Amino acid sequence: MNMSLLESFKHYSGMSKSGINKQKTTTFGDTEAIGKGRFWSIISVFSLAVVWHFGSTLGFINPIFWPAPSTVWQQFITISQDGYRGFTLWEHIWASLYRILVGFSLGCLVGIPLGFAMGLSEKVRGWFDPIVEFFRPIPPLAFIPLVIIWSGIGERSKILLIFFAALWIMVIAARAGVSSIKLNKIHAAHSLGANKRQILQHVILPNSLPEIFTGMRVAMGVCWGTVVAAELVAANSGVGYMIMVASKFLATDIVVLGVIIVGLIGYSIDIIMRKIEAKLIPWKGKS
Amino acid sequence: MSALNANHISMTFDEPNGNRVEALQDVSFNLKQGELLAILGPSGCGKSTLLNIIAGFLAPTSGAVINGTTKLTHSGPDRGMVFQQGALFEWMNVAENIAFGPKMAGVSSEETSKIVDDLLDTVGLQDFGDKAIYELSGGMQQRVALARCLANNPDIILMDEPLGALDALTREKMQSLVLKLWKDTGKTIILITHSVEEALFLGERLFVMAPRPGRIKQEYRLPFAEEGLTKDPREVKTSAEFIAKREEVLSMIWGMEEEIMGNNQAVGI
Repeated sequence: MNMSLLESFKHYSGMSKSGINKQKTTTFGDTEAIGKGRFWSIISVFSLAVVWHFGSTLGFINPIFWPAPSTVWQQFITISQDGYRGFTLWEHIWASLYRILVGFSLGCLVGIPLGFAMGLSEKVRGWFDPIVEFFRPIPPLAFIPLVIIWSGIGERSKILLIFFAALWIMVIAARAGVSSIKLNKIHAAHSLGANKRQILQHVILPNSLPEIFTGMRVAMGVCWGTVVAAELVAANSGVGYMIMVASKFLATDIVVLGVIIVGLIGYSIDIIMRKIEAKLIPWKGKS
Repeated sequence: MSALNANHISMTFDEPNGNRVEALQDVSFNLKQGELLAILGPSGCGKSTLLNIIAGFLAPTSGAVINGTTKLTHSGPDRGMVFQQGALFEWMNVAENIAFGPKMAGVSSEETSKIVDDLLDTVGLQDFGDKAIYELSGGMQQRVALARCLANNPDIILMDEPLGALDALTREKMQSLVLKLWKDTGKTIILITHSVEEALFLGERLFVMAPRPGRIKQEYRLPFAEEGLTKDPREVKTSAEFIAKREEVLSMIWGMEEEIMGNNQAVGI
């Protein structure tokens, strides 16, 4: 039997409820009974687009403050063909992405082992706790002047800032991951004859993956914020640099284009990370 | 020959508010190879503390646990442990959980997979080797926990309320499985439980413990575990002797309860 157009739309938009959830009468507070809300996401994006388009064409929105979608699209075509300020659009995007990937990876490489050590050893925890808790609330951008003095305005200074942004988040996530283990599991592993190294590798590490992944998703978001801000100060490429230069010439179409690019890439990375998470940690929230 | 010897074990510790708690006071017993000991008692009687001392997770304030001729000080693969729940590794499937002990000990993978296959068979999970832990029911998870413990071939199996979280019917089936494994493997088993019926049915020997200070109040030798190997569990549990013992033990525990409540009234709770 063919689904009607409305039904198939409901199906793909995640509106149709299945099984027992159809029968439930108490839904407020029951997070399983409510759908994913994809239908409302589609409506939301669509209405924003409609408001933007008609607001611009009917003259409600001043293009100096917020350009029309067609202008932004035109700029996208132009810049992706001719480039901007000596670099192609893809080079600008890659410049930002590269800084994030390197800084974020370094943050994970240092932060996760440090968080683990803090979770497992009294000495390490005592030693690093004041340092981590002191630096954590300081926005990495506050270090820009220092970082420029240390490493100049090249790649290294931006990567260092991203590194700082990711580091503290990953330390805390890894430490929380270690503390989340049930004593039962540790006792079980001991009585099954595992030594310390084996318990770390086969029990503590996999058990902490859900917290570490949550930390990575949070850190990734913060890294984007940091890289754009860092490029506003000192750079000659990158999406943040594009936005900054464009703003000096009141080219709001390029500013908005840059904002959309950052938003879309950030969102895509989060979707990829959620997929990896579902693949790697299928037991999350099910034990 | 004595398999396990608990020698004048006492355990006291100070609570953060300064109260001194006497969790165990001079507990001694001998357990022969292949005996099944059930330990029953109200909350706070020190039965979990006792099991943790035997397992080697806690050191007693005084006294010692001796296995054969060696004094036990740390946990080890000679004493397998089965917990109430949540001690399986969710990131491993059923077979990997069971293989954990042999793998850590460096047993070859062919031999390990043979052990795992045999044990899956023993606990009735033949087709569940590649299932994830969260896909299993509570009873099945406890079957995995039993198999994981047996894979290491321990001298003694310690069970900390292993069936406490299961529904009545599953619990009864699992009790029969525990008896069957006890018979087939000839292991020494110490099992802690809250349930009077379970303690009577499974305990070839039974300690009823009393709180404040934690001590063995009464010891029984019971025929019901042997009977349970051949007879239907319902038949054993509805026999006149079983019911009489159950009432005896229950009224003893009620007595302890009144003692505690009386004390509390005296201090104004």
